[in-house]
Amino acid sequence: MSKAIIATTSLAGCFGCHMSLLDIDDRILELIELVEFNKSPVDDIKKFTKKCDIGLIEGGCCNSENVHVLKEFREHCRILVSVGECAIMGGLPAMRNGIPIRECFEEAYLNCLTVVGNEAGIIPNDPELPMLLDMVYPCHEIVKIDYFLPGCPPRADLIWEALVALVTGDEMKLPYEVVKFD
Amino acid sequence: MGQKITIEPVTRVEGHGKVTIHLDNEGKVEQTRLHIVEFRGFERFVQGRPYWEMPVLVQRLCGICPVSHHLAAAKALDVIVGAGTGEGLTPTGEKMRRLMHYGQIFQSHSLHFFHLASPDLLFGIDADPLKRNIINVAIQHRDLAVQGVMMRKYGQEVIKATAGKKIHGTGAIAGGINKHLTEEEREYLLHGDEYMDIDKMISWSQDALEFFKDYHKKNKALIDGFAEFPGSHLSLVRKDGALDLYHGVLRAVDAEGKKILHDVDYQDYYKYIDEEVRSWSYMKFPYLKEIGKASGWYTVGPLARMNTAEFIDTPLAQKEFEYFKQYNEGKPSHKPMHAHWARLIEILHAAEKIKQLLNDPDLMEGELVTKGTKQFEGVGLIEAPRGTLFHHYKIGENDMITMANLIVSTTNNNQPMNEAVNQVAVKVMTGRKEITEGMMNAVEVAIRAYDPCLSCATHALGKMPLEFEVYDRYNNLIERKFRH
Repeated sequence: MSKAIIATTSLAGCFGCHMSLLDIDDRILELIELVEFNKSPVDDIKKFTKKCDIGLIEGGCCNSENVHVLKEFREHCRILVSVGECAIMGGLPAMRNGIPIRECFEEAYLNCLTVVGNEAGIIPNDPELPMLLDMVYPCHEIVKIDYFLPGCPPRADLIWEALVALVTGDEMKLPYEVVKFD
Repeated sequence: MGQKITIEPVTRVEGHGKVTIHLDNEGKVEQTRLHIVEFRGFERFVQGRPYWEMPVLVQRLCGICPVSHHLAAAKALDVIVGAGTGEGLTPTGEKMRRLMHYGQIFQSHSLHFFHLASPDLLFGIDADPLKRNIINVAIQHRDLAVQGVMMRKYGQEVIKATAGKKIHGTGAIAGGINKHLTEEEREYLLHGDEYMDIDKMISWSQDALEFFKDYHKKNKALIDGFAEFPGSHLSLVRKDGALDLYHGVLRAVDAEGKKILHDVDYQDYYKYIDEEVRSWSYMKFPYLKEIGKASGWYTVGPLARMNTAEFIDTPLAQKEFEYFKQYNEGKPSHKPMHAHWARLIEILHAAEKIKQLLNDPDLMEGELVTKGTKQFEGVGLIEAPRGTLFHHYKIGENDMITMANLIVSTTNNNQPMNEAVNQVAVKVMTGRKEITEGMMNAVEVAIRAYDPCLSCATHALGKMPLEFEVYDRYNNLIERKFRH
């Protein structure tokens, strides 16, 4: 049997979910026997080089680039999994959703205590910077998501169990300790 | 490896870091920029939240070193609840937090060295990117991979024992800590099993240093000669000048090692540091006020700490520190690849500190929290794995946050990284119109030496995806390439 192919990405997340994946510790050595990694920050592969079986998405969408990457993942991955609170419901970055984005900018670049010399009132707006969305969106509002792994971050055992179940086709073991939130 | 990408459609893939290079008619480098393209808005959206939420809330800035944000926020709240500005905690409160922090330094530095840097060292900077990764290390150098994985695990277990959880824990609270270390946890971390053993961790840390020093001997050109970026360095140091990753006074030295910020109380940090806003990056540019915008920039992180500190208060790390200093003839090191060396000395220091603390009875019993008179403002600083981290909060009458100011480690390194990009670009690109693979590689190595945590600003496990654009003098895009 050929190895299952996995891709991962972090959108508007903190990389905590990727860290939790690394927290499977020495099972990483088992994992690389089980799967092959394609586009992922854990390796140096930047662009999809083939169709993937499983895509793990960390983080929601806060800018145009996140949306672009997410759509690309949907296109290339047979199964897409929202990993963690940010992918599932926007998470902490979505705390800005009730606040006009202009106020967030003003706080960071104009009212900030340690920004004293910005008389010109510069707020970063270069064409090189991707467009921010009006709100932070959960992934399933942008594309179809097949599975959801809750937690901030989901604990390593949950990510491990889910991956093994998806790869082997066996039913997933879900004891209470593994699915409870924080 | 890098390939030519057309401009349309937008193929910018997680362009977290982006470099643009402008050339004039003669092919001279006119302008270089490292853009940071993400914005979250924490400073605004934490306003109106109760102050005690900050340590758990703000750590969600970064899942790679959440403990740093957790503790910097808690230290700022210590001031707010009247528990003093760093020396006021109970012995249990301070020592549990220190244990958590050393666990964090140990895991984060191990991650960087084994998972991120070792592929470059083992396979070479020019190796095929498909092979230059931790997975290939696991296949070809299994012992080293096991060592890296287990060292990171050890650090994470220390965090779990002190914060309740490996990532985004809840241990530190305003004025102290919320738990003791149990006998079981202590035993597990001292001599739990084959790998959960602090003596093994100390000896592996020494092995890693020997590995590096041996590599250094054989690869002097890469480690010493890659590039040199003279500039100022800033960090916390203990009052007596010792390396202290948890608490201290703020010190900066210039390129020659002369003090330019004289061990000041960090509650006043804003009297010494300002930030410049530039339209082309969401990340601000901090500088020392007294020296000014143009040349007041400074570097933070492991190498900066080796340059500001006078000694290390654990014997094994001190010996390595002395050798490091001797090698650099007592002057600050400006060689970016020496940061790997500095990081390994800190891994050893953290392991020694963890052992000291695990044998300290204060962790098992004693008052957890200090109470005092409420203040309306507090500043908390800590030496995160990647450098000095600033948290500053103000609260209102009803205990809600009214102001938050955060300067994260990587932001402090914004200008140094831009300087590095510029120097390397000028050196390798002048007179050339085509971007070669070698040139992109050189720029990436220069940036990576700063171990930019771009999750605090965006991050891809140290391997920042870079996008390069070259423009002619009329602002026409000549070339666009990607590199991961």
